[in-house]
Amino acid sequence: MIYEGKKKIWKDYQKEIPDDHYFYVRSCIRQTLFPASEKTFLDITRNKLHKDFFETEHHTTCGGIAYHSDVIPQETVMTIIARQFALMKKYGYENYVCSCITSFGLYTETLETWHEFPQLQEKTAENLWKSCKLEFTKPKYLAHSSDIIYKFRNLIAEQAKYKLINQYTGEPLKVVEHIGCHYSKMFPSKGFGGAEYPYVLAGMIEAWGGEVVDYPERRHCCGFGFRQYLVKANRGYSISNTHKKFESMEPFKPDMIITNCPGCPYFLDRWQYAIAEMEGKTYGENGHGIPVFTYEEVAGLVMGYNPWDLGLQNHQIGTEILLDKIGIPYDPNMKYKGLNNKDLGIPEFPSCIK
Amino acid sequence: MNKFGYSLSPASVINLDNADKIKFKELIDLEPDVLKCMACGSCVSSCSAVNFTNSSLRSAILSLQNGLPEKAYEYLKGCMLCGKCTMICPRGINTRRLIISIFQTYNFKK
Repeated sequence: MIYEGKKKIWKDYQKEIPDDHYFYVRSCIRQTLFPASEKTFLDITRNKLHKDFFETEHHTTCGGIAYHSDVIPQETVMTIIARQFALMKKYGYENYVCSCITSFGLYTETLETWHEFPQLQEKTAENLWKSCKLEFTKPKYLAHSSDIIYKFRNLIAEQAKYKLINQYTGEPLKVVEHIGCHYSKMFPSKGFGGAEYPYVLAGMIEAWGGEVVDYPERRHCCGFGFRQYLVKANRGYSISNTHKKFESMEPFKPDMIITNCPGCPYFLDRWQYAIAEMEGKTYGENGHGIPVFTYEEVAGLVMGYNPWDLGLQNHQIGTEILLDKIGIPYDPNMKYKGLNNKDLGIPEFPSCIK
Repeated sequence: MNKFGYSLSPASVINLDNADKIKFKELIDLEPDVLKCMACGSCVSSCSAVNFTNSSLRSAILSLQNGLPEKAYEYLKGCMLCGKCTMICPRGINTRRLIISIFQTYNFKK
């Protein structure tokens, strides 16, 4: 699709994001899979952009993984979410920001359900009072944390030390942007740019100097799909999905992938190893894979954070090839050193992918 | 199956850039009615051979459009040329003649 057409679609799908004072809730799996992403997000927003982000240790999971795996019913999920909203009310906030795409989809779904069926909201309030003796109010604004980075992308670009430009060729890096399915596929009006051509990550890439790769399977799922992965017998579906995406993007020779979902970077990163083991095929240059990042990690990189402080050593696909392209300095000897030079241990390296 | 306990399935992707369009153009020149097909499937529902073979003119035409003549042959090799589909086609395509033309154009062996 031509760029002008996309711009028209993007104009139709805009939402309001408040400037300051947010209640922030973390994801239950991101801190394990990409441990520094949420920390970096809070550091950038609080200390570089000087925004008020409040978080409490009392919040829980949204129940999304159990809900999408058919383990708990929607009524239970609505009560869990009502409790999170009660905490937001308790601490005096109105703007709710979540770190997880599945949570964002679930919060949106719950708010829409309550809008369509007010009796379910009353029932949820009753359940919450019976179980926790808490009362809740709905948030005035609901946003995903990638919406916040998107909103402040130009401020980040102003403070950036590096651009998404290949220092050897002077060309913009070719970046694949992958949006989590629950961001706007269920409710297109709730995401920047709608469902077909979401702009939330494309906007960041453009602001930071990169070039978005438009490939045929751009909107295809990463392959997580909850039950498709969680049930071992179904994992062939999961990896086949990812394989289809990589086969589709391969001819465009992308330099990197940016995602805004907890599951997507994990699966796009780890399945590259599994595909290489199964088929002996790699999608990057000279036997390397394509490095996969969260948007917080990329924001951190362009702002000059130490790559190892961003947790890039936890990636399956080595990121050094991209750091070299951008010209970001790093100390290879510090890759597997933790806080105060604590030795994290060197993992076993696969033979099939560099 | 491999050490992971699951395996990759090939994606059902059809790359039209790699399809041989020349043969299909030849077929259109010979039998322009092929473009009239709207894939309704009436030909298959009236087919005498469909109960004991894999016959499907509808699927064969779609396969040719997608550049997959080998697949089209599998759908047509059981055809007995009885002509019942010709009588039922709502677009008035002479399907019997079309099948013969496909065999001629693509050098299928009966």
